[in-house]
Amino acid sequence: MSNETKKEIRVLSPTAILGYGFPEESFNEGMRRNPDVIAVDAGSTDPGPYYLGAGYSFTDRNAVKRDLSIMIPAALKAGIPVMIGTAGGSGARPHVEETVGIIKEIVEEQKLHFKMAVIQSEFEKDFVKEKIRKGDIFPLGPVAELTEKDVDESIHIVAQMGEEPFIKAYESGAQVILAGRSYDPCEFSSLAISRGFDKALAIHMGKVLECAAITALPGSGSDCMLGTLKEDSFVVEPLNPIRKCTALSVAAHSLYEKSNPYVLPGPGGALDLNETKFTQLSDTQVEVRGTKFVPTEEYFVKLEGVRRVGYRTMSPAATHDPIMISQIDTVVEKVRERVMDNFRNSGMKDFHLDFKIYGKKGVMNMFPKTADSASDELLIIIEAVAQTQEEANTICGFARSTMLHYGYEGRISTAGNLAFPFSPSDCKMGAVYEFNVYHLMRIEDTCAPFPITYMEF
Amino acid sequence: MAKHKLVDIASVIRSKNSGPYELTFDVIFKDFETYGMVKAANAINKQNFCALYGIEESDVLHLVYFDPAKAVKVTICRPIPSGALGETDVYGAQQHAPLMGMEVEF
Repeated sequence: MSNETKKEIRVLSPTAILGYGFPEESFNEGMRRNPDVIAVDAGSTDPGPYYLGAGYSFTDRNAVKRDLSIMIPAALKAGIPVMIGTAGGSGARPHVEETVGIIKEIVEEQKLHFKMAVIQSEFEKDFVKEKIRKGDIFPLGPVAELTEKDVDESIHIVAQMGEEPFIKAYESGAQVILAGRSYDPCEFSSLAISRGFDKALAIHMGKVLECAAITALPGSGSDCMLGTLKEDSFVVEPLNPIRKCTALSVAAHSLYEKSNPYVLPGPGGALDLNETKFTQLSDTQVEVRGTKFVPTEEYFVKLEGVRRVGYRTMSPAATHDPIMISQIDTVVEKVRERVMDNFRNSGMKDFHLDFKIYGKKGVMNMFPKTADSASDELLIIIEAVAQTQEEANTICGFARSTMLHYGYEGRISTAGNLAFPFSPSDCKMGAVYEFNVYHLMRIEDTCAPFPITYMEF
Repeated sequence: MAKHKLVDIASVIRSKNSGPYELTFDVIFKDFETYGMVKAANAINKQNFCALYGIEESDVLHLVYFDPAKAVKVTICRPIPSGALGETDVYGAQQHAPLMGMEVEF
């Protein structure tokens, strides 16, 4: 029976993020199950705004190449497609191009021949501004309305595509589909949706598979999972005999990184898990059924964008002196005053100076009203963000030397207040970005904003 | 009614970003019986969660009891967006510790 008429569709998810790796034994076991597609998510916003701004991946180039150099030839040999979402970690044009470069190297080294589709997801600023004027952009959650100024300040703006561009690329005969920013389940769900399988189950299975064996017990971000989609259910299972899926581990995964486990919104509609049932089929397999898809009347895609706020220099330094520790708040305040005063007439006013104090609610800094912590050692990270790297170096260096020799009340350790773990003590960290676009955009055509180009190798 | 520390009755207590502007907390209980009692007593609620973290109830976006996983999920507006200046937990993965010591009554 040909794949096209099968009553089920199998999706192999080798790893949670392209570049996180997988054991070849697990992958080979996955290939023995005759999958219909190998799909992988290559990105996330979790590592923060830097990577979208810098056009650089949080994953390692060699590690990404290692994963693809196993996945692509195996898929070609089996005659099945490889679908990659959120290329290069963030999915803007430089991230996609970097991954195209990696694939070209693999093609060259392994003498491979196939058709590749490359789907871009970075939006031109003029297009986004036109959409603002048309009233097609809406804040997503606790953010302000998007302004044209925000768009002008942004470095890259990407949109999360739905499954439609993947389907278009697949139907055009692409064997490898490399997409920019994608709604995570798409690379897993698009083949099934194109073949008429239930959309709700296809997307829900994608939601589980996109994290690969994180759903299993023991969980792992670097091991393979298989999903089998049937007419009215799907089954997920790990491919490494040391792991199991349990009804609980799969149900609990519906919570992971989501706002609300019952309603999971995406392009074109939301998954509704109110009636979902998770059933243990065997020692390692879990069956899921009952999930619904509730379409929205209009089609929205999520936009992500970042702006540059300056350049960072930081200096980690520590103290074990109980007198210094007892006065740390005052010391920080006085050092800050001295820095401000010293550069009052320098023109360097627009900088951010922060002291992150570990051992005294460093981690819980976001919640100042939570219970205090105390320690007999403190790590102080002196951080300066300024308009140029040189200014950041100046502010951080001056704050560091001032703190090192600051004569606080009752000091008996007069040789220096800080233990530096490194020489040089200061670290130049380059450009600093922050998210400034996190909005929904209404679009009419689900494919047109995501242009596809094809390459023949 | 008795008081119970979450660390004694939960098998998972975690926090994580749900996008750069939200933080989400999951408490997965050790067994369905305990979960059922917590849920029936509404022992984790907006009031005691906000008191624990020192935030306003209007910052809580969702507080959901999720039966299939015997879990409570609380999603809040992030006081500082992920990676913004002044922030100290880009992934939001270490904001859970106050919940471990939280005492709930049922």
